[in-house]
Amino acid sequence: MTALRLFLPVMLALALWQGAVTLLAMPPFILPDPLRVAGTLWTSRALLADHAMVTLTEVLAGLALGAGLGWISAVGLALSPGAARLLRPLLVFSQAVPVFALAPILTLWFGYGIGSKIAMTLLIIYFPVTSAFFDALMRPPAGWEAMARVMGGSPARILWHIRIPAALPGFLSGLRLAAVYAPIGAVLGEWVGASRGLGYLMLLANGRAKTDLMFAALLVLAVLTLALHRAVDRGCLALEARRLR
Amino acid sequence: MTAPALRLTGTARVGGRVLFGPLDLAVPGGEWCCLLGPSGAGKSSLLHLLAGTSGAVTLDGSARAGDGAPLAGRVALMAQTDLLLPWLDLCDNIRIGARLRGTRPSRAQAEALLDRLGLAGMGARKPGALSGGQRQRVALARTLLEDRPVVLLDEPFSALDVATRLAVQDMAAHALRGRTVLHVTHDPAEAARLGDSILLLAGGQIRAVAPPPDAPPRAPDATATLSATGHLTRLLLEAA
Repeated sequence: MTALRLFLPVMLALALWQGAVTLLAMPPFILPDPLRVAGTLWTSRALLADHAMVTLTEVLAGLALGAGLGWISAVGLALSPGAARLLRPLLVFSQAVPVFALAPILTLWFGYGIGSKIAMTLLIIYFPVTSAFFDALMRPPAGWEAMARVMGGSPARILWHIRIPAALPGFLSGLRLAAVYAPIGAVLGEWVGASRGLGYLMLLANGRAKTDLMFAALLVLAVLTLALHRAVDRGCLALEARRLR
Repeated sequence: MTAPALRLTGTARVGGRVLFGPLDLAVPGGEWCCLLGPSGAGKSSLLHLLAGTSGAVTLDGSARAGDGAPLAGRVALMAQTDLLLPWLDLCDNIRIGARLRGTRPSRAQAEALLDRLGLAGMGARKPGALSGGQRQRVALARTLLEDRPVVLLDEPFSALDVATRLAVQDMAAHALRGRTVLHVTHDPAEAARLGDSILLLAGGQIRAVAPPPDAPPRAPDATATLSATGHLTRLLLEAA
């Protein structure tokens, strides 16, 4: 059933794609047909896998670092209302700066290698994670905190034993968003300057009019993003269910 | 541990509107006092004023212990909602107070308490798997384990079936003997059965009603208990 639900839209998209190529008589270097891309996908599988691994490493490292830093920041802000008042607008302002504009400078600071891509990914996911977790921390369900205060709990222990566990769903929804954004960060970083990764490969293929390889890399990236999102989503659901059972 | 008396005087307001008062409520130290009244009379707010968790309700007056020392740290509150933490098992829920204070009471103690409340062997379960009545008993166990001289109970037996309710009332009456208990209820039979003293909060005023002569917990079907239940029911009807 699930296979069928996926199969039909994919077939429709492929048919539209093939239709456009045939009707508009596109030359292959402008828009290659699906079969040609599938062929390239197969013949260049080693190359694609190699570059996909680099991108995946950047994404996972950025995701782990961004989630960790977001967690620490949100808890820090929740512990200190003063700091929250001071830093929250700064955090929002940081989101007003387009991350794309920062990519060249990150390459300058962290080098041509994997470091600048991880930094880019981290920057893109840091805000959604911090913001979702912080908002959840500041809105514990009514009653729990009052009960904890009557029991004589210190603010730090109330945070640790009540507010953080109660806010975990908020953190997880931030993490789900982050899983979708993270590949964007990594590929952006690769576009600005890299020698490896799917973003680099797409740019290279484009420059040499190997449009079929560009599309193949794009497909791999899309599948990678979907798989990551699904894995994180499944992981979050399993964690939430296990916690309450 | 000596159980202090409780005294609440003054007028309570919610956003400028008078909730109750001016009144003068006194609970003698070491006694079980039942506070009866119709819904919305301010019974729960009165408990929260004593516990210091009143939120939007303000008191123009004072809520304090008879011995003059602060109440903070000497009160256990069982609120109307069970407030169980869904991610902790029952034993850890019962012991949450100790954890919040940085100590660690034994799991065996929590298990024994569950056992006495008819929840034997359920310590490792999570609250999500429980019925309303079971959850209420766990909340009561948590309140009892706090081991405080002043205990504030807000409808603590409302979700229990008749047989369980009587058993749990007996257990609580024995466990809390010698402590100052203020027990909010809207059930006249419960007040007639458990109260060393009975107070009626209606129309913003407190009124003392004589309890049956024998010591609580009283037999639910004893003539004196039944007649007190009838009398309290009549008073509640008149107040409504």
